[in-house]
Amino acid sequence: MDFLIGHYNYWVVIFLMMVGLYTVISRGNLIKKVIGLNIFQVSVFFLYISIGTVAGGAAPIFAEGIKVYSNPLPHVLILTAIVVGVATTALALALVVRINEAYDSIEEDEIHELDHSL
Amino acid sequence: MKPNLILHVVAKFLIPLIIVFSLYVQFHGDFGPGGGFQAGVIFSAAFILYALVFGLDAAEKIIPSQWLHMLAALGLVLYAGVGVVTLLLGGNYLDYTVLGATQIAGQHLGILLVELGVGITVGAVMLIIFFAFAGRGRT
Amino acid sequence: MIDTIINITLLAFLATTSVAIVRMTNLFAIVMLFGIFSLLSAGLFVVMDAPDVAFTEAAVGAGISTVLMLATLALTRNSSKTPYTEASPAHRPWLPLIVVAVTGAALVYGTWDIPSFGDPNAPAQTHVARYYIENSIVETGVPNMVTAVLASYRGFDTLGEVAVVYTAGVAVLLLIGGRRPKTAVKLKDKGEQDEA
Repeated sequence: MDFLIGHYNYWVVIFLMMVGLYTVISRGNLIKKVIGLNIFQVSVFFLYISIGTVAGGAAPIFAEGIKVYSNPLPHVLILTAIVVGVATTALALALVVRINEAYDSIEEDEIHELDHSL
Repeated sequence: MKPNLILHVVAKFLIPLIIVFSLYVQFHGDFGPGGGFQAGVIFSAAFILYALVFGLDAAEKIIPSQWLHMLAALGLVLYAGVGVVTLLLGGNYLDYTVLGATQIAGQHLGILLVELGVGITVGAVMLIIFFAFAGRGRT
Repeated sequence: MIDTIINITLLAFLATTSVAIVRMTNLFAIVMLFGIFSLLSAGLFVVMDAPDVAFTEAAVGAGISTVLMLATLALTRNSSKTPYTEASPAHRPWLPLIVVAVTGAALVYGTWDIPSFGDPNAPAQTHVARYYIENSIVETGVPNMVTAVLASYRGFDTLGEVAVVYTAGVAVLLLIGGRRPKTAVKLKDKGEQDEA
């Protein structure tokens, strides 16, 4: 039971990761793929922040009288990762717009057919 | 009554508040949650709200694209420039202790300038991206 | 106790929203659900004692990302077919499901040895982090430890990150910065694609 309480949120995070991965590899719509990639990214952020939490700890801002703080290092990594993630998403969506202007479609199967590449 | 009257009135009320809030988050990032990234994104959100309510042409009149391109580069140059200044003053690259009389004063000044650079670049780039998406397809 | 209940509830909402995103076919509804997903994850970050991260995730995920996806939806609207609807998948979903199940099982097997959630003696909390927690207020005079580490101790990483954001802005400008009107040019009609 202790094991379950100590690990359940890692398993929910892995479930979210797999939902994101499934969206990327099985759906053909390009915008849905980008959204699936974002779900995958957010679940990885959860994994890092879960590793950094301390039970009974406070937010890592120094204040008088607080003894136990949460780990500030994963917060720093994830801050960088979130901003880089939005930059990547913006670039991916710009590519989707250009693909739509070239092929008049954002479905992967139709683009492959138009391109005669599959 | 104009069809968008409620939107116009509420937007005119909210946009200055959002800008002041973004400046608060920028400069109080040392003492509470906040910092450059959050402040830049909130600042660009104010102008995106203006563009959504009053039209893209009005928004591009108050922030011309040339300014945005220069501001985006300016933030990055400010950040790297702080490092070069510390090199010239005798310390390592981005070693803030040489910027002030005491170590704590130098660190404070260095962190302030660096977060300012980050905030300027992030805000300008978010606006550049939004204007690029919104302006595509219009002749 | 109340912490655990809030944690479980928010995680359940997140899982339900993500499954709904996979199953729905109306793209507009999916983008709205993505905004809700971002906001719920920001709330979960606050419960996990990470206010900086929650701030950034709410502003960036529920703000900028959702606006950009709505703009992309508006730009990729095809009036010939039903707008904003995803086409039904042409392949059976068995192979992706098997791949995802095997990967998920391997990852769960990997978490068997992870220290419990919130354990104060985990290796992650006892090495470098202790130095930052004890010394950042003394050496930099800044109460917010995350800002101190981000801007001072790990300043090079933040410089690289600002460069990445700037590069993404330049790249988006190169791709869709021009104001050409939307004319779809099918590849088989035009011999060679030579748009700038």
